[in-house]
Amino acid sequence: MDATVNHTANDGPTWGGGNQPLKASYGKLMMWFFILSDALTFSGFIAAYGFSRFKFIDSWPIADEVFTHVPFFHGNYPMYYVAFMTFVLIMSSVTMVLAVDAGHKMKQNRVIWYMFFTIIGGIIFVSSQGWEWATFIKGEYGALETKGGKILQLVDVEGNRIALSDIATPLPTERAQHERKNGIWFTDEGTRSTYTAAEAVAGVLANEEVLIRTIYLNEDGEKTVLSREETVAKLQDVTGTVEGANLIHNEYGVPLFGDFFFFITGFHGFHVLTGILINIIIFFNVIVGTYERRGHYEMVEKVGLYWHFVDLVWVFVFTFFYLV
Amino acid sequence: MAHEHKLSIFRGRLTFKDNIQKIWGVLILLSIITAIEVALGIKKPEIFASPWLSPFEGGFFAMLGNILLGMFIFMKPLNLIFIVLTIVKAYYITWDFMHMRDEVMGLRRAVVWTGVFLICYLVFILLTEGDYIFEVYKDGFQTWDF
Repeated sequence: MDATVNHTANDGPTWGGGNQPLKASYGKLMMWFFILSDALTFSGFIAAYGFSRFKFIDSWPIADEVFTHVPFFHGNYPMYYVAFMTFVLIMSSVTMVLAVDAGHKMKQNRVIWYMFFTIIGGIIFVSSQGWEWATFIKGEYGALETKGGKILQLVDVEGNRIALSDIATPLPTERAQHERKNGIWFTDEGTRSTYTAAEAVAGVLANEEVLIRTIYLNEDGEKTVLSREETVAKLQDVTGTVEGANLIHNEYGVPLFGDFFFFITGFHGFHVLTGILINIIIFFNVIVGTYERRGHYEMVEKVGLYWHFVDLVWVFVFTFFYLV
Repeated sequence: MAHEHKLSIFRGRLTFKDNIQKIWGVLILLSIITAIEVALGIKKPEIFASPWLSPFEGGFFAMLGNILLGMFIFMKPLNLIFIVLTIVKAYYITWDFMHMRDEVMGLRRAVVWTGVFLICYLVFILLTEGDYIFEVYKDGFQTWDF
């Protein structure tokens, strides 16, 4: 109905911005332009994630088994924490839209309070994401790695995960960390894992009930667990151990999973961070009465658009990283 | 500056008394959807675990059918549900929190259609290529797991 134009006469000049078919202010239109282009950037990243996942569709890590931690609680709680993060972000979106609404009614005090709660929500979200990253990088059980870069995880006969530290047999070793102060001064090596491949292999051989779980999915969509004979045979291929995750190795499976996790959630987290900073600037502008003097709170509305967009992107990241 | 809000959602079936009430109503809707997603994600019911239809065999019309009903043939229903619920959430965030419902149709279409068409193309081409590379890894190598 809105699109039906029932007056064709020019109310203003035809060119030079005289016509306003979209009936939105310059600032809001430009914010929508930016949001659209940013949405396409994020779509590019998430579609690239889909590309890599389809490439390794039979061996992609299962998110429920990777993100199982909740701060201050021990045990296996898949998804609860990320659901909490999602709720915090949606909640901060609500306080933001309430701030916009209060702005329309020129209620300065309410805008201040709602902006304040929005900022707090954003800070809680970013800190949670930092904690999630730290947990992901630290890892939990550790895993073996083969020459081809495939990850082998350890389980007992019931399928419960076994940590490297539970079974690895310490062996006498001459190997020392290569640091910058030794040998050629400008080279050093990265962090070495706690156990060598030989120690882990000896541990598996010594414990009869330890089995290898490969990265490949079976028909039920679960990771394939090898028999004891296959486990012992597979140990031939082991060349190293992995604990936690970086951009090259991770104990959860395909390295690209870690790369996309860091890149996409990192890029989103950066958006949240800039959103918080812009919110803080606007927050102080509201306090000193800039928009009261200007006669309208459109600036709050524009930063609100950006903030909701960040929430919108998270809805998709949540689905494609944690659910699908 | 005009600030009338359209206060009806679900195509006019549910009308709120004022904008603030609408905001809280939409929050409740989004929370319910998120709760359903999380519950399904943890529980993973059996009936949603494998596709409801199997691919049609033989001939041009079978191929056409496979393309048209591809979502039900090649996708797990659970993933389909997650994606549909996500788009529903995205709709309400954009329409009610970002006030797209109150903008003129031209602005809505300029933003939404541009994004939707480009994203559909991008997703189609990248997922097709990813699947092709998967097939190459699977059948084109002596061994890939060493």
